[in-house]
Amino acid sequence: MQTDVKDKNEALTRKDFASDQNVRWCPGCGDYMILANMQKTFAQMDHAKEDFLSVSGIGCSSRITYYLDTYGIHSIHGRAIAVATGAKLANPELNVWVSTGDGDCMAIGGNHFIHACRRNIDLNIIIFNNKIYGMTKGQSSPTTPEGTKTKTAPEGNYENTFNIGEVAIGAGATFFARVPDKDPKLMEEVMMEAYRHKGTSVIEVLQNCVIFTDGIHEQITGKDTKDDNQLVLEHGKPMVFGKDQQYGLKLEGMKLKKAPYDENDPTFLKHDAHEPDSALQLALAKLELPDFPVSMGVIRKSDKPNFDKTVHDRIATVREHSSFESVSDLFNSGNTWDIE
Amino acid sequence: MANNVLTPTMQKVVVRFSGDSGDGMQLTGDMFSQASGQAGLDLTTIPDFPAEIRAPQGSVGGVSSFQIQFGGTEIYTPGDEVDVLVVMNPAALKANLRFLKLGGTIVADKDSFTSRNLKKADYEENPLEDKSLDEYKVIKAPATSLTKEALKDLGLENQAMTRSKNMFALGLVTYMFGRPLDTLIKFIEKKFSKKPVLVKANKLALEAGFNFALNTEIIGTSIIIPPAKMQKGTYRNIDGNTAIAWGFLAASENSGRKLSLCSYPITPASEILHELSARRDMGAIVFQAEDEIAAVCAAIGASFSGNLSITTTSGPGLSLKSEAIGLAVISEIPLVIVNVQRAGPSTGLPTKTEQSDLNQALYGRHGDAPLVVMAASSPDDCFNYSYEAARLAMEHSTPVILLSDTYLASGTSPWRIPENGDLPDIKIKDFEGSADEWLPYIRDPEFLTRYWKGPGDKGFEHRIGGLEKQVDTGNLTYEPENHEKMTKIREEKIAKIAKKLPRQSVVGAQSGKLLVIGWGSTHGAINTAVTEMLEEGEENIGFTHFNYINPLPENTEEVFSRFDQILVCELNNGQFANYLKTKFPKFNYRKYNKIQGQPFFTSEIKAEIINTLTN
Repeated sequence: MQTDVKDKNEALTRKDFASDQNVRWCPGCGDYMILANMQKTFAQMDHAKEDFLSVSGIGCSSRITYYLDTYGIHSIHGRAIAVATGAKLANPELNVWVSTGDGDCMAIGGNHFIHACRRNIDLNIIIFNNKIYGMTKGQSSPTTPEGTKTKTAPEGNYENTFNIGEVAIGAGATFFARVPDKDPKLMEEVMMEAYRHKGTSVIEVLQNCVIFTDGIHEQITGKDTKDDNQLVLEHGKPMVFGKDQQYGLKLEGMKLKKAPYDENDPTFLKHDAHEPDSALQLALAKLELPDFPVSMGVIRKSDKPNFDKTVHDRIATVREHSSFESVSDLFNSGNTWDIE
Repeated sequence: MANNVLTPTMQKVVVRFSGDSGDGMQLTGDMFSQASGQAGLDLTTIPDFPAEIRAPQGSVGGVSSFQIQFGGTEIYTPGDEVDVLVVMNPAALKANLRFLKLGGTIVADKDSFTSRNLKKADYEENPLEDKSLDEYKVIKAPATSLTKEALKDLGLENQAMTRSKNMFALGLVTYMFGRPLDTLIKFIEKKFSKKPVLVKANKLALEAGFNFALNTEIIGTSIIIPPAKMQKGTYRNIDGNTAIAWGFLAASENSGRKLSLCSYPITPASEILHELSARRDMGAIVFQAEDEIAAVCAAIGASFSGNLSITTTSGPGLSLKSEAIGLAVISEIPLVIVNVQRAGPSTGLPTKTEQSDLNQALYGRHGDAPLVVMAASSPDDCFNYSYEAARLAMEHSTPVILLSDTYLASGTSPWRIPENGDLPDIKIKDFEGSADEWLPYIRDPEFLTRYWKGPGDKGFEHRIGGLEKQVDTGNLTYEPENHEKMTKIREEKIAKIAKKLPRQSVVGAQSGKLLVIGWGSTHGAINTAVTEMLEEGEENIGFTHFNYINPLPENTEEVFSRFDQILVCELNNGQFANYLKTKFPKFNYRKYNKIQGQPFFTSEIKAEIINTLTN
């Protein structure tokens, strides 16, 4: 039976979630910011500390489990979501955070990712997207842009890429957000939103790898270009961007169109993250440079029954109608005979 | 005509019901087994379905059969050769005549031997009419026409009436063994309680068959087998897969840990997933994963969350799970992996039985990754061994691989329902000190078991994972000596479990010329062969059967040393014999292997034993 989440029994601070292990990412790695924000937001969440579970796969991203003073499973390559699914179903009270990378989650773990999105199990999945395999030293990943030189594509990457938001929303994700590693405030907001969302929450962090893809997100996150190149979405607000908020988005035929913003023109679109029909949210997730800015913030947050609750509600219902109180009732049901 | 093999003094009989897959042969067999059990007899059954879900009606490929051996003595196999063959159409005769003993009895629905059906079964002449069955006793029963006659007042359509002819056959066979109809009638009333017309139809057909046999004296004297000496208690028939599912339910109840089953469908293991899915009504948390890897990984997550966690599969699925099982080994968490083996490699013979995943269970992981391997040996003891697998996994915080196979999964045998106190307690050792004194990799000194702590336990937050852990602290370390030490600890931890295992026992001679060895599902055939030879006066053979494979029982080597020769019988190319050679190299192991996707026949084992003794 699913029980309500127990009360958080003590005030927690960021330090409560810092383990005693030395953090060993490269200096300047975007992962530090993600770790700091996880520790900070965890302390704000309404869960007892012992009910936090961090699950990760393999890769630089996945070391984060050792740095969080929570229960944790540093699992195997690509399988963090599967491990987390079993843990959450076994104990639906847990507040489960999956940390994974673009290689771990979108390549070897792709199957588990799409099925988590489809089921809408209440997991929070943070994908550290540095668009490269870092720990194995620089091979192309499913998100490596065309033309980027890698160890496996020395003349430049030639494979088509995944847009993580497109895959997630296409697979049925009810929550998708994107955030740059350089924007702690937005990251904090997005993590809290993901925490509050009952269902699979996917957060893509545009994370910088200082060794293999240093500056790969610079056009989007750089000081001088970010206003033009980021569309920071807020539910219910007009979708405007540019240094002076001078651009907005409209529909043209079946496509989004960038146009000089006029607040009196009702054809400019407002963001609706809650709309169940994901068509426009998908279009927003897919916007890319140079014709459009890249969407940030909560792109989709739609209500749908979460899998873990459905599973436990169903168990509760069938149990209520069951004539089996104990295994002995089951064993003695049906056709039996006695030997005296 | 040959002599009738059925005699009034028989101790055990093999009956095979066969007909078109639409003829209800499995239900007929189930009912007959049920009634045999209630008559106090021991029994073992095996179904034989067509490979295709819907093979053409009336064709040899579409024949469905059900074989049962029952008797007033202990019955360990469904029998090598058939005494009574029931055939509902010519195709069933064609498909099954090869199983019948010379002089055996054929009960045939003579109405179904029409020229159309004969043609479908490739008969040029009607075998009931030509002399081709002279070596057998043939009972030609007008099952279809008499069933229709009996049911004529019920207002049923022709097809619906014909469908009850299996009950006619059952009534006839019931008379043959001198049994009353009442248990069968009760069964019918229960099974069709929501459809009164079917209760009537099936009862009438059953009685028609019984009365036909009684009135026509076509059978002669009924054969009444005195009841077997069975332990007092309440019994039911159970198949291996259900027994495995129920063992886990019992282990969950007795340990107070919720049950999580995370599996992916695969033949022949899926019925465990089906049964536990239905047992959501007992609180089972069942997850049908997107693939085999997700299934085992989810079970690992569920185990860390504190549940009794199971994943079930067959050979190909075990291959997919191996990396994750390594994670469970290094994390030292409880996990049961059930492998209902089928014939491999690759897709192999997916519906046929084999014991060829032993090497995979023992060695199929990268690194030094020891775990407990055990094997069930009959449909009913699948219950005990799944309970034991769960108990050892939780008490020793380790993955356990439980091996079953197609033969056990689909066969049935009577199972004595455990009573209070029959099952061993499950004692999960908890850490006795405070959270401050605790470390993630400190161990119970007796068995080196790591304590099972997980989410929800306040103050015990810690991380597990695939990277090597420092002794006691569980911190990550690449220190060379530490890795060696942890590898040895993991090995020793499994080895110590032998202290808890029952001693290996020997049937027959306790020392002497020949020790016959088996493991897992071959117990029935080997035990029957050896027991029959002992009864026939052979004094020099002993038989020892293994259910615990890693670790082996402590007295294994001592048992081996009492015999001049060792013969290892298994349904693979010699994997257990090779394993024993690495464990106890001073003995010679003669191998007897059958790799045909079929279980052993008792006769084959006997012949091999004689061969070994005389060479």
